Amino acid sequence: MHIVVCIKQVPDSAQIRVHPVTNTIMRQGVPAIVNPYDLFSLEEALRLKDRFGGRVTVLTMGPPQAEAALRKCVSFGADEAILVTDRAFAGADTLATSYALAAAIRKIGENEAVDLVFCGKQTIDGDTAQVGPGIAKRLELQLLTYVSQVDDLDLAQRAIRVQRRAEGGVQVLQTTLPCLITMLEGTNEMRFASMDNMFRAARAEVRVWNREQAGIEDVARIGLKGSPTVVSKVFAPKAKEQKAEMIETESDQPRDIALTVVGKLFTQHAKLRGGLAKKLA
Amino acid sequence: MSEASAPARKPAKGKYELDERLKAYQGVWVFVEHEQGEVHPVSWELLGEGRKLADTLGVELCGVVLGAPGLRTRRFCDEAFFHGADACYLVEDPVLANYRNEPFTKGLTELVNTYQPEILLLGATTQGRDLAGSVATTLQTGLTADCTELRIDPDNRSLAASRPTFGGSLLCTILTLNYRPQMATVRPRVMAMPDRDAARSGRIIEHALHLLETDIVTKVLDYIPDARQDKPQLPFADVIVAGGRGMKKPENFQLIRDLAAVLGGEVGASRPVVQAGWVELDRQVGQSGKTVRPKLYIAAGISGAVQHRVGMEGSDVIIAINTDPNAPIFDFATYGIVGNAMTILPALTEVFRQELALAKIAV
Repeated sequence: MHIVVCIKQVPDSAQIRVHPVTNTIMRQGVPAIVNPYDLFSLEEALRLKDRFGGRVTVLTMGPPQAEAALRKCVSFGADEAILVTDRAFAGADTLATSYALAAAIRKIGENEAVDLVFCGKQTIDGDTAQVGPGIAKRLELQLLTYVSQVDDLDLAQRAIRVQRRAEGGVQVLQTTLPCLITMLEGTNEMRFASMDNMFRAARAEVRVWNREQAGIEDVARIGLKGSPTVVSKVFAPKAKEQKAEMIETESDQPRDIALTVVGKLFTQHAKLRGGLAKKLA
Repeated sequence: MSEASAPARKPAKGKYELDERLKAYQGVWVFVEHEQGEVHPVSWELLGEGRKLADTLGVELCGVVLGAPGLRTRRFCDEAFFHGADACYLVEDPVLANYRNEPFTKGLTELVNTYQPEILLLGATTQGRDLAGSVATTLQTGLTADCTELRIDPDNRSLAASRPTFGGSLLCTILTLNYRPQMATVRPRVMAMPDRDAARSGRIIEHALHLLETDIVTKVLDYIPDARQDKPQLPFADVIVAGGRGMKKPENFQLIRDLAAVLGGEVGASRPVVQAGWVELDRQVGQSGKTVRPKLYIAAGISGAVQHRVGMEGSDVIIAINTDPNAPIFDFATYGIVGNAMTILPALTEVFRQELALAKIAV
């Protein structure tokens, strides 16, 4: 069985800071990590490999330094890593990104047919959740998003059964390979990298593909040119005309502060007082 | 890989001339999402927002209903009219009985290609995101996820969709200029629920799909409903008391829980404390957590970063407690208290307890 896992190197969003005066992103020193959602998919792929045998290839599109994220995945147990990188990809939105990744997966499949593709549920920087469905459509794969559990895989019958998170419940879905899965967060726990795999990761040869090597001929479909969406502006939210009414009291006693704010709240929003009382009565 | 990482590309200033073939695309559509016989409220919220967009453009607002043949599916169209739609596209087919990506993608794509709307809105739910990404790729058009504001750009009549970016520290506005339809998803509770007017009615446009069950690969074997009781229901809570990093340590969240209990409310939390494991994920408020619109939101030790703000600024009244007088949360809260949450929260709990005991007698 051959599984391809698409990952993305992202800035650790918890550590992004905005310059308080200029409202620009302060990029210096923000560490790059493997998108955390991708790790649930990678772990699931590795578990399937443990159970059924086969190989896991990790794939990313990004700048040359994204190689570090691929090596990280190899240290967890991925067999092979491919970096698709080219200046022509710059500025890609999700439509152009899924085009490039789908082409690369097609190329990977020329050597060894791909049975399963995994993507993260979404990324923590873009948060769109669009690239997985996009790749599935382009490769005509059955799409299984928000999977909480892979119940059964029958390689002989090419059948897979999963549980999928829906609104208000869980769908049990049965479909055939090849398919594309995005895993729900918290559904498994990434294994520790073994010493062997860490050494292997350090030495591993990451295959680097440019546009042509990834099998992309139509430059109008990638990068900025292939992206229908345009970021017209980036801005800080405008301050409300009215800022908070600051509670001032003569003493610093918490009780005085509490009495003042609750008093104001219940006089200026009388309905709220009645509503709360009714609810508790 | 995302809109966020794309460099700002300024569209041409002033009047923007749309390609001739794209001018045929008119009207605002809202996909009416349903599961197990119930429409997700986000669809009505989107109709409320879509109404404003359609009125600004001077075009029709339409619901799109795909489902199994029967009265129940037709009733969804009536509900769409009650919530502001002028017309409803209806596809009734047994293959649409349960949501599945393949037949719904085919159905929605076919409707768009046949009737050509200029804007298509979907809820940013597990169903809406699954479908939107597939449909946008099939149609080769732009899709903006998790928008917090939708407007019509006066210069070029296109949809200006704003959303948080860079980990929720800033907002960006995204346009889809030379592609139609312009697609966007919006998370539940981000937009206000419109008033329901049962006197409204509208036109139903029926469309046949001609799909065979045997052509659809994926089968739904079962549906296991969630046990509802044990899950916090933040999006629809009337009162939320939320804590952030300023609560210093997980044990101090007891003060938050005490106040929430007195107010009959839910406990919420900001992203950092959820990531630190102090509070469960279901209670996270913000762009990457839940969007809430309570009558009263009390924020203790939360600075008010954009990613938190977009998840709770729809609250009627916000009381913010923070030691830092310059915390951004004071820019949009209703009442601000500069002080130590660890001493103010117990005082608030006590005062609310007394006040509400009095008010209860009056009820």
